[in-house]
Formats: sequence, C-alpha cells, structure tokens
Amino acid sequence: MTAADRAVNNPAAATETPASTAPVPGTGTSAGTRTRTGTAVLALESVTLTYPDGDRRLTALDAVSLRVAAGELAAIVGPSGSGKSSLLAVAATLLRPDEGRVIVAGEDTARLGARARTALRRERVGIVFQQSNLLPSLTALEQLLVVEDLRGRGARRVRAARGRAAELLESVGLDGPVQRRRPHQLSGGERQRVNIARALFGGPSVLLVDEPTSALDHERGERIVELLAEVTRRHRTATVLVTHDHGLLGRADRVLSMADGRLAPPPHRPEARER
Amino acid sequence: MFVALRDIRFARGRFALMGAVVTLITTLVVFLYGLTGGLAREASSAVSGLPVDRIVFGAPAGASPEVSFSNSTIGPEQRRAWAQAPGVSSAEPFGVAMTRLTAGRTAVSVSAFGASDALLPALVSGHAPQPRKGQAAVSESTARENGIRVGDRVTLGTERLTVSGLTADRSFGHAPSVWTSLPTWERVSHQQHPTALAVKGDGTPRDTSTGSDSGAAPDASASARTTTKAVSVDAALAGIDGYAAEHGTLQLIQGFLFAVSALVVGAFFTVWTVQRKPDIAVLKAVGASSAYLVRDALAQALVVLVAGAALGGAAGVAGGALAAASVPFELGAATVTVPVLAMVALGLAGSALAVRRITSVDPLTALGATR
Repeated sequence: MTAADRAVNNPAAATETPASTAPVPGTGTSAGTRTRTGTAVLALESVTLTYPDGDRRLTALDAVSLRVAAGELAAIVGPSGSGKSSLLAVAATLLRPDEGRVIVAGEDTARLGARARTALRRERVGIVFQQSNLLPSLTALEQLLVVEDLRGRGARRVRAARGRAAELLESVGLDGPVQRRRPHQLSGGERQRVNIARALFGGPSVLLVDEPTSALDHERGERIVELLAEVTRRHRTATVLVTHDHGLLGRADRVLSMADGRLAPPPHRPEARER
Repeated sequence: MFVALRDIRFARGRFALMGAVVTLITTLVVFLYGLTGGLAREASSAVSGLPVDRIVFGAPAGASPEVSFSNSTIGPEQRRAWAQAPGVSSAEPFGVAMTRLTAGRTAVSVSAFGASDALLPALVSGHAPQPRKGQAAVSESTARENGIRVGDRVTLGTERLTVSGLTADRSFGHAPSVWTSLPTWERVSHQQHPTALAVKGDGTPRDTSTGSDSGAAPDASASARTTTKAVSVDAALAGIDGYAAEHGTLQLIQGFLFAVSALVVGAFFTVWTVQRKPDIAVLKAVGASSAYLVRDALAQALVVLVAGAALGGAAGVAGGALAAASVPFELGAATVTVPVLAMVALGLAGSALAVRRITSVDPLTALGATR
C-alpha cells in the first residue's frame, strides 16, 4: 500500500479529532494551544542543549519540552538564534542533548548508538530542509528512490518502488514529465514539493520541517504550508514546522514561540486551522 | 551504486576527463611495461633461457668473485671442484664475449657464446655446432635479417666458421647470440678460460674441514669456495653490463607513473568529495550510513578506474603491437594485466584516502549549521 493509498483507504487517518493530551510542562499544551489525541510520537522532555562558545557554553535549548501526536502539525516561530534549528536537530537525532530525553516513535534516543540513531532517522524520521537540498544528479523521482536504496533494499526493490514514488509525487502535485526533471530544471516551489515527498517516502512517523518557505514568495509559501498540513493529516505524521513567517501559521494545529532556547506560546497567536 | 552511477551520468564531462587521464597513464604504463620486458629480453634472454639452476662466477686466486660476466673467469680447478661437488648434477662451463659477425657484405654486433650442446637454445634448423669443426649456430632472426643460411661461411670475430644450424632467438647485452663450442669460442674471444659455470643442483664444493669425498683435492674445493660465487639465474642477470641500471631506471619510471596515477585519482576524488559535501550531509541527515556513502564513492571510483584502465590497456596493446616492429616490445598477458590491475588497485587506494573525508561530514550542515 502506498503512502497516498493509506490516506485514501483509511479515512480516519485524515480526520482531525480534538482532544486533550497529557500535559507536559513547557509544551504548547500548557500554553493553551489546540492539542490532539493520541500518544505523542515525538516527545522532548526537559531537553537542554549547550554549545561551546569560547571559554563558556551557550545554551541553545533550555529545558525544552514538547509532545507532538500523530497527525498533528506543530509550528514553532522565533527569531534567528532562538534555538529552532537546534530543536529540530535534537528531534532528528542529529544532536544529543546535554540533559533531558528525546523519544521518537517510542524509542528513547539516549539509549541508541550512532548506527541505531542513523537507522531510526532512516526508518522513522522525515526531514524537509530549508533550501530543498535535493541531490543535483537525481531526477525528482530518483530523489525519492534513493531513500529506498539507503535502506539496502537492492536494485530490484528500488525499481519496484518507482510506481509508489510516482504516486507520492503526484499526490504533492508533481506529475508527468516534471518527475523526470533534475533540481535545476524545477521551480523553487516544485523543489520544495519534491523535498516534502522525499521526506514522506520512507513512511516516517515524525516529519521535521525547517523553514520550508524561506526561498519562496508568500503565495507559493502558503501553498507549501497547506501541503504540509494536508500530508500531516493524510500520512498521520507528527510534524514540527519551524518558520520565521508568522503569516503562514494559520494552518498549524499549535503554534509555539521560541526565544532564547525556551518554548512559549506566541504573544499574538495567529488563528489556528479550523477543523 | 545508486547515487554513484547517476553522479557519473550527471557530471559526465568531469568524469570523462578523469577517465581520460587514467586511460593515458595506463597506456603509458602498459607501453613502458612492454618496453621493459622487451629490453630485458634483448639484454638477457641468452642467460635467462639457460636450462640450469644457478650461474657460478669466478675470480682468479686471491681476488674476490663478483656477479659480472665481464670480470668473471673460471679456471680448471674451480670448474672441477664444482663439477664434483655433492648435490651438483652438472656444471657446464660457458663463455660469453661481445664480437662481430660478418656474413658476405653485412656485419652485425653479436654476443658469442661458447658452450656444450646442453646449454644450446632450441634448434630451429640444422644441427648443433661440433667441437673442433669450426661451426656456429646463429639466432634465427639474425640469420633472416642478414641472409644467412645453414651451411654458409661466416666470420665470427676473426674466425671463419660454418653455420651448422639456426637457434631460437636469444640475445645478450642487446646483441643477438651466436653459439659455438667452447674451444672455438676461446679462439674467437682470445680467452683461455670460460666465463662462468651453468650449474644444476644446489650443492657447493665441500669444506675441507669436514673431509671430502668428492674426489676433488681438498685445496681445490677450498679455493673454489672462496674464489667463486653462485647465484640464481635471475640474480645473475645483474652481472650483464648495464642491465641493472637499465632495468632499474625503467622500473623507477613505472613506479613513478603508478604513484602519479594514485595521486591524480586521489586528488580528483578529494576535490569531488569536497564539492559533494552538502549532498553527503543531506544523505546522512536522511539516514545514509557512512559505510553506504563510502561504498558508493568507492564504487564510483572503481567504475572510472576500470573503464579508464581497460581503455588504456587496449590502447597500450594496440600501440605496442604497432611499435613491436621497430622497438623491443614484449606483448603478453602479464604485460597488460599487471599494469591495468596495478592502476586500478593504486587508484582505488588513492580514492579511498580521499573518500574517507565522507565520514567526517556533519549531517547537521544540511540543517544550515555552519561547522
């Protein structure tokens, strides 16, 4: 069954269910934002991360806690240097926190070695990068198939996955000849759609999105955020969207503000998406 | 190889350039390898083709023996001591000297060998030169190039001889060999003693202190031990004037070419890896292991090296086959496969040093970290 099929065949997967979630200190829950049902697929518990900065250490994340459930889109806004990217890096298991726990799809990442964290990222985490970061030598279709190859599935399985990759690209609005184009032949919006499809292709539980609209104009940026909200609902991913553009937050289930490494509700919460 | 092959297709110009460099270096190495083999054959095939285990060089009493066909001489006592040494099944004396062969109006530099039939190269036609009958056997190609036939009268040095037969091609010191009996050779070369002994078996003249049952006088055995030096046939080639220097120079050039190749390939893949760092960071961020990425990069290097080296090997064979008419070029399976495989192996080693940088690429840079 394809990722797109899952949404088609399981309408419940695309249905929003208002509910409460177990409150975690410092999360959007305590800030009064809309919450979702179910066990958190991504959970950061009192995570602290520091960087060396000359003789002292700079605190990037200060006891941050966050829980995101399946099918939930949590947006985080904040100025540069507020710790948004550090939060994504920790959630993506690219950085180990100094303190606190990071749980991804039920796995406490503190217990995992480097190989296991790489495998967890490969199997359960999808990342949408800021500047699309597509591989220049691969066509749009191959950008997805490489994910299958990374899993060591062999050439036959990779070939067999072509249909599923094409369907997924279609589901994000890329069909026909555009699937055979390389990144330099695509527009900024198309590249970002490929980026999203690649992140979804492995069937991740957690989708981490880093400034997806930074290279796009407002209109195309809005369409990308709409797409992210749609795929979050359809694929039941726990999605964390980091952005500096407050105008794009209306689609998020929850909006959190980040400043000086701390999460807080935004001073003027934009209107969240209606269900 | 998913990304590797697509990278090659995408950056085909850069990879074609690198492949062309590998091709050119391989062509040069194959050509040099064939030339080294050809020159070695012309310098030494008369000695390396001797059907024996060792060559014994001698010096007059009181002098130290050295591995040199120019300086060696074997006296009757040394010869007898070796012939009767336990463990030695035969010790055939032979002489070698550079001289001139004149046939009709043509004259050619030759190496004159005086030896028994046992050391004679395979006969192509005629029969072996008979002792005291003034006969000689000439290398086949020399005979062909100079219009010499069996039964012709030729002059070897100052001696008028009859060509009794033609032998397979052998040469010494880049001069084709002419074979006569030892007594005839002594007249041709104006030498009283043979140059060296061709020995079968691994014995040596017995030490007098342990007693002797060889039949040779104990003093002769003791003298032979100190005034002769036995070496393997391969080691004896160093005793041919200029052989070691010539062979060493060519091998040095080969070594440098291999080193240059490894460095060039390594440098290319270093630059390529540095250029690919952002892509590698993305692949790592989405879950590629370092082992996957290193395997992919090495497979990419292997494709370039195999294609380039195979083309270079083919070009070397074609060039060598054309050049063989005018220069000494030895074309064989080893001439091609050894340099081609060495190119691939050394290029792979060079690229392995380059692609190890992959392991240090930080996937965080894919998220915009500046590290």
